[in-house]
Amino acid sequence: MEKISGQLILSALIDQFESFEKSLNGQSKSNAHQIRKNALNYLVEHGFPHAKSEEYKFTNLTKALEKNFELNTAQESPSLSDQQISSVEINNLDAHKIVFINGKYSEIHSDKVDIQGLKAIPLNEVLKDSPEKLDAIFSAKADYKADPFIAMNTAFSQDGIFIEIDDNAVIERPIMLYFIGDSEKDELLYQIRNIVKAGKFSQCTIIEKFDTIGDAWSFTNAVVEIDVAENAHLKYFKIENDTEKAYHVSNIHASQATNSTFTTNTYALNGAIVRNNLNIMLEGEGCEAYMNGLYLLDGKTHVDNHTVVDHMKPNCYSNELYKGIMDGSSRGVFNGKIFVRQDAQKTNAFQSNKNVLLTDKAIVNTKPQLEIWADDVKCSHGCTTGQLDLEALFYLQSRGIQKEKARGMLLQAFASDVLETVSIDAIKYYLKAIFIQRLEH
Amino acid sequence: MSTDDHILDEFTNKEYEHGWAVDLEADEAPKGLSEEIVRFISAKKEEPQWLLESRLKAFRLWESMKTPEWANVDFPKVNYQDMIYYSAPKQSATLKSLDEVDPELIATFEKLGISLTEQKRLTGVAVDAVIDSVSVATTFKETLGELGIIFCSFSEAVKEHPELVKKHMGTVVPASDNYFAALNSAVFSDGSFAYIPKGVKCPMELSTYFRINAANTGQFERTLIVADEGSSVSYLEGCTAPQRDENQLHAAIVEIKAAKDATVKYSTVQNWYPGDKNGNGGIYNFVTKRGICEGDNSKISWTQVETGSAVTWKYPSCILKGDNSQGEFYSVAVTNNYQQADTGTKMIHIGKNTKSRIVSKGISAGKSQNSYRGQVHIMKRAEGARNYSQCDSLLMGDQCGAHTFPYIDIENQSAQVEHEATTSKIGEDQIFYCKQRGIDEESAVALIVNGYAKEVLKQLPMEFAVEAQKLLALTLEGSVG
Amino acid sequence: MLSIKNLKASIEEKEILKGISLEVKAGEVHAIMGPNGSGKSTLASVLAGREDYEVTGGEVDFLGKDLLEIDADTRAREGIFLAFQYPVEIPGVSTTNFMKTALNQIREHRGEKSLDAVSFLKRMKEKMKLVEIDQSLLSRSLNEGFSGGEKKRNEIFQMAMLEPKLAILDETDSGLDIDALRIVANGVNALKSKDNATIVVTHYQRLLDYIVPDFVHVLYNGRIVKSGTKELAFELEEKGYDWIKEEVDASA
Repeated sequence: MEKISGQLILSALIDQFESFEKSLNGQSKSNAHQIRKNALNYLVEHGFPHAKSEEYKFTNLTKALEKNFELNTAQESPSLSDQQISSVEINNLDAHKIVFINGKYSEIHSDKVDIQGLKAIPLNEVLKDSPEKLDAIFSAKADYKADPFIAMNTAFSQDGIFIEIDDNAVIERPIMLYFIGDSEKDELLYQIRNIVKAGKFSQCTIIEKFDTIGDAWSFTNAVVEIDVAENAHLKYFKIENDTEKAYHVSNIHASQATNSTFTTNTYALNGAIVRNNLNIMLEGEGCEAYMNGLYLLDGKTHVDNHTVVDHMKPNCYSNELYKGIMDGSSRGVFNGKIFVRQDAQKTNAFQSNKNVLLTDKAIVNTKPQLEIWADDVKCSHGCTTGQLDLEALFYLQSRGIQKEKARGMLLQAFASDVLETVSIDAIKYYLKAIFIQRLEH
Repeated sequence: MSTDDHILDEFTNKEYEHGWAVDLEADEAPKGLSEEIVRFISAKKEEPQWLLESRLKAFRLWESMKTPEWANVDFPKVNYQDMIYYSAPKQSATLKSLDEVDPELIATFEKLGISLTEQKRLTGVAVDAVIDSVSVATTFKETLGELGIIFCSFSEAVKEHPELVKKHMGTVVPASDNYFAALNSAVFSDGSFAYIPKGVKCPMELSTYFRINAANTGQFERTLIVADEGSSVSYLEGCTAPQRDENQLHAAIVEIKAAKDATVKYSTVQNWYPGDKNGNGGIYNFVTKRGICEGDNSKISWTQVETGSAVTWKYPSCILKGDNSQGEFYSVAVTNNYQQADTGTKMIHIGKNTKSRIVSKGISAGKSQNSYRGQVHIMKRAEGARNYSQCDSLLMGDQCGAHTFPYIDIENQSAQVEHEATTSKIGEDQIFYCKQRGIDEESAVALIVNGYAKEVLKQLPMEFAVEAQKLLALTLEGSVG
Repeated sequence: MLSIKNLKASIEEKEILKGISLEVKAGEVHAIMGPNGSGKSTLASVLAGREDYEVTGGEVDFLGKDLLEIDADTRAREGIFLAFQYPVEIPGVSTTNFMKTALNQIREHRGEKSLDAVSFLKRMKEKMKLVEIDQSLLSRSLNEGFSGGEKKRNEIFQMAMLEPKLAILDETDSGLDIDALRIVANGVNALKSKDNATIVVTHYQRLLDYIVPDFVHVLYNGRIVKSGTKELAFELEEKGYDWIKEEVDASA
């Protein structure tokens, strides 16, 4: 039998689960809790990814977690000031703001969401009062058997936000989710489970941002399960600009019904090790899925984007564009899988991953994967890796532009097709500012 | 009619008048390939000793090699002993009028817009116009001669310019290169030779039409083009008319050398007989074409439109030795019915700041198989190399196949290599869409195929491009649904 | 303009249309609604002349001609336009080039001269404004890489360019967000005249708020089971298709 990897983490989790169960106060008989127990058992049986796991080949989280974390169960209460909290917010963003501190919903810092057609309720409340609302979504979109971090998250799932958008509701302002952690006194470890249910013909935008304030290590494990109903239009932004000591695993799993459109935008700018898993199932005809990603890495940051889009029915369209700029000793990993099932005739699937390495120490590993079982499809994928165009750089300099500024301009140009399509101005400016600061230093 | 057309017209008429007044010895070599046959060929052509030795060396090499096998191409084994390796230029004029020619063939010629005179030449019908034998070929030769350009048949070059041939032949494609190169080097029949001197820009397109004694030497053709410093030339090979040949196996070699600042453009439109609707009787076309950009800033581009042959195996390549040299490859390869094509290109980057560009468009129809095999090799010292490759496949209907095998080997970290591959399909849906907008089926196929291939077609010299467009549409007629 | 009498059609031996009768006069807008599988798209395809479908009975008269006798491209030249539910892509052929070819073939059929480059461009510019479509979109390969909304707008753009007598919109609203829906509907409305007619095939009532029909027909199981005015669409929205199914099954 294979050695189970991540023993240290597992034993800490088993301890933690005991005290977690006790804290649940009567909910331990619920369906949700049964799922949690199953998930934990599965995790203990199978362990965390080891060095040779195909899916985590270049991203050895298990080792990093065991090395850097004490994994103690007692966590101190957060003590962040309002100023610290607003320091991580995006300027000039007009949105419904929802704030979690150390993984717990913070009523005082969040807006009250009180508009027609939209509900935003902390998950623990829904699990307690109306768990039937989560039917067919909770632990249904993200399979704990598929990924150990999903299993870990499922075992402890309690906190997060449940967003429900009614049929036909067009929500003008986006929903901004801030997950802020306090690592000033001690290491930080928490998990978040968000559930989004977008009704038929609804239109909505959700933005998610994780931040850590403090110098200790932090590990956040997030799972988002999304149900996009017929003809709905949903946009999801994920902004990752955490500290160099922040580990983050994200699992976004969505399924789309007939004629719906789902767009994801993942911007990875900083962190220790960041792993983004994105899974989209196109379960109805006529769906459109757009996956945009931009990773601008420096120092020792390691960002791994793993995406899957599964075409199950005919006439669907998916378009993936991920671009990366690696500076310092950073590392970018990309694995994009496209599945086209036998029934999925007339599928159009496009994938493009482009990378620029700015130093000799920067590394990129990229692997596109297409598995096509239908015979009337149109699929394409393209990958490039290269360096900054020195001729172009010199040209700009010869026109009087300073080298650092010229470099920044060229790299912005490289990223422009992803940057220009950011539909929310506040986020676009936020990203551009970081580009300028990082690349024109 | 332009001057070029005029010359063409007169020249083709002229061919019938002259080549066959000479008394022909009964000469066809007996079947089979052996050292004796090689000597026989060399003797018949009255070749100098050095060339005979070169042939013999190649023959011995060939004997030691094994027939290559490719995963994606399937054809019955060739019996190399069951072929005739030498036959003298035949009297092509055997029919009295076009009425004796297969009407379907004539219909094809009309569709391709091939002139009556040209039709006669291609089908072997005697032409009765009397043309001053000296005028055409010599006028043409005079113009070129004034500029110092040499353009003649390979055999003639061996006789008239042996030092040039000896210096350059086999330096780009040595006999040891591959099985068919060895075979060709042993038994090559004839071909073209062109030399452009320093600083000369050849004012007209050199075409095989203009070569005297072009008849029936297609089997083991050998072409050598040498462009000296600062010169440029555009060469056209082939024609759109379907070409039949009793000889099933064609193994040609084309060598191009470009010196410093020289540019060579080599265009091919090939429509060898692809076999009948069931795939029988077609031609096997195995060609080794290679260009070496020897000097700095030199450039070689290959443009080809292939619609024929039962089996095609062809990888025009560029060796980018000189700094700043450029290699280009534009190709449209069509396969229909039971044809098979395994084609592609090799770009070898050796010098600094070299650039290569590959645009390959494959169109498969019927039950055919079309494979693209491309190699981009950036060698260790090739600083600043850049490559862009685009391999597109278009499938017409449900029963054909397209495969892409790109090989990218990068040994220098300053290289920038881009590769894109797309596969798309034209099926009844696209045709119906066009019809629903008022466009009839024939126009729809032509619209789609030419839209798809236009990036390549626009690289061809104009007259060729127009003919090629028609040829594509014709080849794919009725191939959808 | 269009007279359908007892039209029956099958595909792969299965009968989908079981006897459709419909009259459409010039200047009218007819909506065809129905649950999935009722035969809505089949009707649209059969009218456009798609060969996969076999017409097994009935007659279709278009402007005095027997439509079933003519093939698809001739029908288009006679003035029938189908806005596809899933418009296909044609790589290498730009929308501009495609429109030029189509328009000139249609004009030739009508005995008119081909449009010269300048007039053609002028017409393009006019129609582009109508559906708020960008020049850059039109010089790309037809529908290649277009989002769903862009494809639908392109269909209406083509309709504007070709000026058909009878336009059939096959589920043109599916997958569109509110803004795209408005643009498409405005385009269709702007093209309406007393000389042409429109058949709108749709599953949802939403589109009919913008493109107001004169008549609404409900298709169920290959037959038109109910006809009415736009109020019928509201009733359907409220009660759902089950209401129709029950009514039909009860009277059977």
